Amino acid sequence: MFLYYIRLSLLSYKRNPILSSLMVLAIAIGVGAYMVIFTLNYYMGGDPIPHKSSQLYHVQFDYGDPAIADFEPPPQLTYIDATALLRATAGHPRTASSKFVSVMEPPGDELRPFYVNGRGNSSDFFAMFDVPFQYGAGWDRRADDTQQQVIVLSDELNERLFGGADSVGQNVVLDGLNFTVSGVLGAWSPAPKFYDVNNNSFEPIEEAYIPWSLVVGQEMQRAGNTNCWKAFEGNSFQAFLNAECAWIQFWVELNTADEQAQYLDFINNYAAEQKQLGRMPMQIEKRLYDVNEWLAYNEVQPDETRILTALATMLLAVCLLNTVGLLLSKFLGKSSEIGVRMALGANRGSLFIQHVIEAGVIGAIGGILGLGVAALGLEGIKVLLDDLIVTDWMQLNLTVAFITVALAIVSTIVAGIYPIWRACNVNPASHLKTQ
Amino acid sequence: MEIGPIFRALMRNRLGVILIAAQIAFTLTVIVNAVYIIVDRSERMARPSGTDETNLFFINSIGYGENYNEAVITAEDLNMIRQLPGVVSATVINAIPVSGSGSSSPMSTVAGRLEGIVPTALYTADEQALATLGVELVSGRDFTATDVSYRNDQIARGDNEIIISMALAEALFPGEGSQAVGRTIYDVNQNASVIIGLVAKLQAPWPEAPFLENSMLVPEVYDDNSSMYLIRTEPERRDQLMVAVEERLASSGHPRILRNNRSLEETKAESYRLDSVMSTILVSVIGTLMFITAMGIVGLAVFSINRRRKQIGTRRALGATRFDILRYFLLENLMISSVGVTTGAVLAIAFNLFLVQNFDMPRIDWYYAPVGMLVLLVLGQLAVIGPASSASRISPALATRSV
Repeated sequence: MFLYYIRLSLLSYKRNPILSSLMVLAIAIGVGAYMVIFTLNYYMGGDPIPHKSSQLYHVQFDYGDPAIADFEPPPQLTYIDATALLRATAGHPRTASSKFVSVMEPPGDELRPFYVNGRGNSSDFFAMFDVPFQYGAGWDRRADDTQQQVIVLSDELNERLFGGADSVGQNVVLDGLNFTVSGVLGAWSPAPKFYDVNNNSFEPIEEAYIPWSLVVGQEMQRAGNTNCWKAFEGNSFQAFLNAECAWIQFWVELNTADEQAQYLDFINNYAAEQKQLGRMPMQIEKRLYDVNEWLAYNEVQPDETRILTALATMLLAVCLLNTVGLLLSKFLGKSSEIGVRMALGANRGSLFIQHVIEAGVIGAIGGILGLGVAALGLEGIKVLLDDLIVTDWMQLNLTVAFITVALAIVSTIVAGIYPIWRACNVNPASHLKTQ
Repeated sequence: MEIGPIFRALMRNRLGVILIAAQIAFTLTVIVNAVYIIVDRSERMARPSGTDETNLFFINSIGYGENYNEAVITAEDLNMIRQLPGVVSATVINAIPVSGSGSSSPMSTVAGRLEGIVPTALYTADEQALATLGVELVSGRDFTATDVSYRNDQIARGDNEIIISMALAEALFPGEGSQAVGRTIYDVNQNASVIIGLVAKLQAPWPEAPFLENSMLVPEVYDDNSSMYLIRTEPERRDQLMVAVEERLASSGHPRILRNNRSLEETKAESYRLDSVMSTILVSVIGTLMFITAMGIVGLAVFSINRRRKQIGTRRALGATRFDILRYFLLENLMISSVGVTTGAVLAIAFNLFLVQNFDMPRIDWYYAPVGMLVLLVLGQLAVIGPASSASRISPALATRSV
């Protein structure tokens, strides 16, 4: 019976091709456009590390000076606080981290030296953020403490330097220093780059990773946001380190509610102590943020996707209203056919089901076409964005494809309920008369 | 007039009216706000940086190795670049306007006071800075070669002489910005900077910064093995010189990496890429919506005309002209659309308030909603003209058949 109804639906489509195609088009465009924005939101506004996002915490301190108008406490730590927290939180996985830029001198004579974007981080960084490795591994905490010259390469950099081969144990020269490769990352492109929200959260990952202690120890060229709110005392590098300048991200992994409560106490006590020493004159409400809170607090999701969500919802609404109208036309146009079938003994229930299926078929065709619209839309946005942000994730996956078709079918049926009800309530007699 | 009968006829088909009116209302909401966002973004993108944008490019040279002597090499490079035919002037600078990266420092009119400090973009360059950027000096004097100090991380920035943008002068000395020359301002480290010149306009490196127009130029060259050369060319010579300069620098034999060989136009377009992407998406949303709405109007009009073929025939038989029939359906559409655009205008303003509150955008100008209403009324009339004129061709003889 189901198949028979489907065949009837297709017949009905053919009988009224323009009206039906208009409907399919409206649904395809409405659902397709909505899914483009849904995909953008799914990633840009979604949870980047779902299974751990409520265990990873970033620390915020009461930075700034009330005398400075409109000063927002910067969302990073000063060197003094980052090193203090690294020491005091050794019982948990934790990492300080910051960006640097430097010159990489490849082994051999074939490649010319080139510029790399790097990240200094503590050994726990890789495990905390589930960073995938294809060869080797990170380093241990002893390497952090001894400023051991070990390096982890991104997949891309390893391709460039070693043609993608297992390079663990090889030497490379970075910033004039000899580094030993300890590991090579697998494919990894977190979007947003939640562990560093200060420097364009949708840019590609860094190419090289070294112990964070080296960034300071070797006075590497720091990159990324540095925000100071007090004059330096002196002109040396040490004066910069001692200064009220926030430039370090600090994350800690706290697995249980107990640990979280204890850590919050610790952070609050630390801030109170610092206030007594005359530091941290601002007052903030919250000092510990989990991943999602941190992304929201730092407004990582671009305004654009939120505005577009609202607009796409209205576009979908217009398309569905359109479909209601067109279905109404279509089904009322079939009044005489329905009248005849009723006179021949069809009951309302089966007529209702037949038309629900007919609406569903139109929705399904619209949904499949909508997949095309969505794919085209995403491709278009990728072309427009070019290399502005990482767009690897910007594609239709199976979930999104399924949601698209389901959304199209369900919304068409919902749009069809009133037209179907009207169609099934015709008076058979009035339609038999004119035959 | 026929408004009475049309109204009564419409009241018998309320759902059809509501469907069309609601579509028009949503369409108006989206279109008005999308156009407003597009206009807002294009105004942002159109802000001039104050520089000779079309004739500027820059290239970054990063030296490496123990024996790299940046001071010597920079002088040599600049000398070479300045002698190339087609080059107007060249300078070594720390940051590029509207490129997205640079450095800033709060400035104050009283040493050591935090209240009333003004965030300021900091450009350091040599004495050819103004000539190269192409910014206009409105009072005071330009830098000379003897003003330029050379420093590195061992030498602190001391007291100096600076040139600032008019907007910064006005922010520091409200109401008397144009008399700022000769006055002294201070950075957080309490270094005194004497203002020797004012330029009409020079934007900061960050298009989204609230202090976009506040910038200062310090005659200083900083030695950290990395030099950014900014080069101004004669008209039409830029692209050719971009290649020539990079080739010359690459073949100079020094151990260095050349990066970011870009025109100012390109880097500006890049900085505003999100704005232009947003505008393009919105334009396609507007086009799609107008198409869908028009199709919806056509679809429902065809349906309602088909249902009333006999009535139309009867009216024709009773003496109505073709034009009467055409006018009937145009008027009917106008009445439905009016309901739609009126509701839509309210929705559009409500949605705009939502945008204003959540995304701190400016309020919509008053004429957006009325213009949008007019556009959609015209769209409705255009959409219905086809079905209405085919209705007007219904033969009066239809009235006599199959009664």
